[in-house]
Amino acid sequence: MANDRVNIEVQPGTIHAIVGENGAGKSTAMRIAYGFYEADGGEILIDGEVQQITTPHDAIARGVGMVHQHFMLVGTMTVAENIVLGAEPGSVFSLDLAEAAAEIRKLSAEFRLSVDPHAVVENLSVGQQQRVELLKALYRHARLLILDEPTAVLTPQEVDEFFTILRSMREQGKTVIIITHKLSEVLAISDQVTVMRDGRVVGRLETSETSAAELARLMVGREVLLRVEKPDSKPEAIELKVKNLSVMAADDGKRVDNVSFEVRRGEIVGIAGVEGNGQTELIEALAGLTEPAQLSGEIWFEDQNITRQGARSRRELGIAHIPEDRHRRGLLLDFDLAENSILGVHYRRPVVAYPGDIVLDYDAIQQRARRIISEFDVRPTDPELPARSLSGGNQQKLIIGRELDLKPRLLLVSQPTRGVDIGAIEFIHRNLVAMRDAGCAVLLVSAELEEVTSLADRLLVIHEGRIVGEVDPKVATIEQIGLLMTRGH
Amino acid sequence: MRLLHELLFPFIAVLAAFIIGAILVLIVGDNPIEAYRLLLGSALSWPDGIGYTLFYATPLIFTGLAVLVAFRCGLLNIGAEGQLYIAAFAVAWVGITFANLSAWVLVPLCFIAAILGGGVWGAIPGALKARFGSHEVINTIMLNFIAIALVSYFTQYHYKTPGDPILQTVPIGSGAEIARLGKFIPGLPERIPLNVSFIVALAACALVYLFLWRTKWGYEIRATGNNPWAAEYGGISIRKQIVLAMVVSGALAGLVGINEVMGYRYRFYDGFSANYGFTGIAVALLGRNHPVGVLLSALFFGMLLRGGIFVDAFTDNVTKDLVDVLQGIVILFVAAEALFRGPFGRFGLLKRTKV
Amino acid sequence: MTELFTIALIWSTVRLATPLILAALGGMFSERSGVINIALEGKMLAGAFTAAAITYAADAKLGLGAFSPWLGLLAGVGAGMLVAAIYAVVCIRFKADQVVSGMAINILMIGVPGFLSGAFFQSSGSTPQIPKEHLIPWTPIVIAFSLVVLTWYVLYRTPFGLRLRSVGENPGAADAAGVNVARLRYSGVLLAGALAGIGGAYLSIGQSSLFTRNMTAGRGFIALAALIFGKWRPVQTMLACLLFGFTEAVSIQMQGVVKLPSGEDIPVQFIQMVPYVLTIIVLAGFIGQSRPPQALGRPYQKER
Repeated sequence: MANDRVNIEVQPGTIHAIVGENGAGKSTAMRIAYGFYEADGGEILIDGEVQQITTPHDAIARGVGMVHQHFMLVGTMTVAENIVLGAEPGSVFSLDLAEAAAEIRKLSAEFRLSVDPHAVVENLSVGQQQRVELLKALYRHARLLILDEPTAVLTPQEVDEFFTILRSMREQGKTVIIITHKLSEVLAISDQVTVMRDGRVVGRLETSETSAAELARLMVGREVLLRVEKPDSKPEAIELKVKNLSVMAADDGKRVDNVSFEVRRGEIVGIAGVEGNGQTELIEALAGLTEPAQLSGEIWFEDQNITRQGARSRRELGIAHIPEDRHRRGLLLDFDLAENSILGVHYRRPVVAYPGDIVLDYDAIQQRARRIISEFDVRPTDPELPARSLSGGNQQKLIIGRELDLKPRLLLVSQPTRGVDIGAIEFIHRNLVAMRDAGCAVLLVSAELEEVTSLADRLLVIHEGRIVGEVDPKVATIEQIGLLMTRGH
Repeated sequence: MRLLHELLFPFIAVLAAFIIGAILVLIVGDNPIEAYRLLLGSALSWPDGIGYTLFYATPLIFTGLAVLVAFRCGLLNIGAEGQLYIAAFAVAWVGITFANLSAWVLVPLCFIAAILGGGVWGAIPGALKARFGSHEVINTIMLNFIAIALVSYFTQYHYKTPGDPILQTVPIGSGAEIARLGKFIPGLPERIPLNVSFIVALAACALVYLFLWRTKWGYEIRATGNNPWAAEYGGISIRKQIVLAMVVSGALAGLVGINEVMGYRYRFYDGFSANYGFTGIAVALLGRNHPVGVLLSALFFGMLLRGGIFVDAFTDNVTKDLVDVLQGIVILFVAAEALFRGPFGRFGLLKRTKV
Repeated sequence: MTELFTIALIWSTVRLATPLILAALGGMFSERSGVINIALEGKMLAGAFTAAAITYAADAKLGLGAFSPWLGLLAGVGAGMLVAAIYAVVCIRFKADQVVSGMAINILMIGVPGFLSGAFFQSSGSTPQIPKEHLIPWTPIVIAFSLVVLTWYVLYRTPFGLRLRSVGENPGAADAAGVNVARLRYSGVLLAGALAGIGGAYLSIGQSSLFTRNMTAGRGFIALAALIFGKWRPVQTMLACLLFGFTEAVSIQMQGVVKLPSGEDIPVQFIQMVPYVLTIIVLAGFIGQSRPPQALGRPYQKER
């Protein structure tokens, strides 16, 4: 259940923050309020009256606007077309885009949201696209604006600018709901705050009367005690060496920009950063999932240059990869657990058998699946169940089991505990540390700052595709790291 | 239980199509029970009914398997029609060009021609998709027309008996002919064109099953079809799988050429295919994209094709078009269901059901 | 080559392009809304058969005379829309695979006309002949070319067009903006049915005087090819239809072979291939980029 009897109350003319961890149900609740999702029960009141909101159309008509985390824009159309879509000026027979453009310019000036009405949306930066989204809501005379993780895509300067815009909206009588998981932003911008956890509301507070510590405790439901007990690392020889690596995006610019670092056996190197700063592209490049044409620089594994090698040969060398999106990358959801347990080794012994190493040996596959299932506590334990039927935590354990079963010498790990329950998180963390202690080199990316700082022996900070610093996680404070993550220096 | 569950929906779809068909028969003023009795009765009589049913089912098994293999890789091969035309012509070409060779050499050569002809014609849209990302559906449709024009050209200008009013090639050498099953089965007259290709089709069902579910190549194709991103992560080259699946698919469609040229007419006859390629889509869908299902649904459609002729002849108003109507309705029902139930392929091109 | 461009050939090109333009413009409304239109062929067949059957019945049985082809045309439009409605419900309401159900519609429409004409006219091959003076050889041509301009206007200059295009590009965004995705897609597919219906009617009661089995002979697919070749834009698509109509006109006029100035022959089959080969080349991106509507072929799944 994504939402369980959620009650949220927002005062008019205020900025209201909704905070919670990933998967706490914040977006779901707000999408229901906007008519984008359907609720199984409950009601929505505006100005004290019960409203029937089942489609976004209803919500718009009642003065509700929403800016989604992933922008809802038509890339091939112009700014003006996007803004008027669904609320077009002019008659049924003629679309008056000139009038629209004038109106947009007026709104732009009023709310300091400058953007060219005739620009094609896909050519705009994300910051500009966000302005288009805001204008879209304002154009429809929204009195209540719901913003879903609006700062995730913004640079720190843009965030400051953005908050100024929000405050000016409040002054003009608009009500703003901002969904976020960043406590500093809650404290900086909101008047009231609602805290959610596991699909429930667990707290409603005046921002001025609370603190980051209190909010954090409410969010995670326990004292922040993610510190993993682990002995000091004993780094040995260099396993992975990255030299001046850059990754070009298919459309525009560099996603990873001239990055150099190394990972030694027996250490966990963490990469901290705001999501979308090149972490995904970096890990995919290291795992061999990026077209060589998009790469420049060198990747060395032990004494081999593997820059041009594909995923298969890298895996054969002893590089395992726990991907950030287990549904997209990690699993064949309609295949059973046994078939999922051989992905990546499906073509070699013992999975295939004589003659010619062509035929799959189902006895060997079952054996392997059962071993992973029992060693990594995957439940339920039937290897013939489709992967789709497992919970997120158990799916993740299956993937981790499959990858660790390779006895890798280098482990690439991305967001290992996203959407995973507490029990599984601790299990996964213990396994990563155990791999390190067994002499494996581990590169860990996580958006959860607590997670990287407690697991990593060395911590690199990434910002806009560049490694902007290295800190000792035992010494550095969260504030110091956070500063690097957001400012880049 | 699982088998029962798998059979349930196809059964409902067929039943629903028959009910709608019955209403149509009533509208045109005939007795639906009588029409269906003719349809099914004539298809199940011995030896003619069963012989012809199996004969009509043979090409549908091949095309059904062809669609199935592509489908398991997340591709929709609408090009079986073109692939089987190219293959059939290739078979005839080999059979004519090397007419003097003995059967021991010529028959295998013709088989290879069928597989190569279909395989190459299937490889084209596969390669276009792998290289340029252009959609295989559009390309296979286009290649169907190109194939039909191409073989028609070669037939008309290069391989026709001069003066023959029919657009067909000269006969193939007798060494390329394969036996009719009547030769081996007592009570089955040899005039019924059911031939060795039917046995080949049964073998193809088994081989496709083994290939897809028991080899690493099949695993790679199915993994690509289920989730190309995960397949890529598992070190599988998606482009290679797309081409491989289309080649195998085309080769299977190409085997229709064996039935047609080597076992039935002993020459290439222009326009011989009664939409076998398109019916293959229906066969694969109704057969749940599983070789056993394909075999069963090909037999079912074979019955319809056989029975349609009798309905046409022995009712007042119903024509054999009833078969196309039933077929269309069956696909509509099955198509609506396949994506309708359950969460559909979030990352794949099409929804596949796990069997 | 100059002797190719005779007045007769140009007229023939225009006449042969007309059903293609009608069907392709119909396909444009559907595909711009995100629904693939493999079923154009079936819709044309429905239009062609119904128009011929109704025109004949109105003329011979009801004695409506010169009015009968208009009734036939209207009926053809209705039949195209009826078939489109079935397709739309299956694809939009039940989220069926659009290509597969499109093929189903095509197979169904090979059968239905034969089934009905077998019952009503005692011949599954064709409908009875309609007298020449009760045909409409010109009007559909005028309709087709006027519709090119009208389609352009509707797509780019009306709120409906804006919404239709947005639904085909990014239905999620359209939904979030308060646009009813399903309703727009129904409109797109129904318009496609209506236009393909006119295109089909033109074949049976414009170009010829009766319906024959499978008389579209792949024109629905050529229209689809023209739509891709024309990059889903009205004017370019019309030009593509004219080009494809021209290749057909040439292959008819030359009856077998075309003589090149150098004296070599080109068999007619190779001229017939031109539209298909061109489409493959364009789709592969050799002649500019042909970018389909982003959401083409994907049912819109509203999340929960």
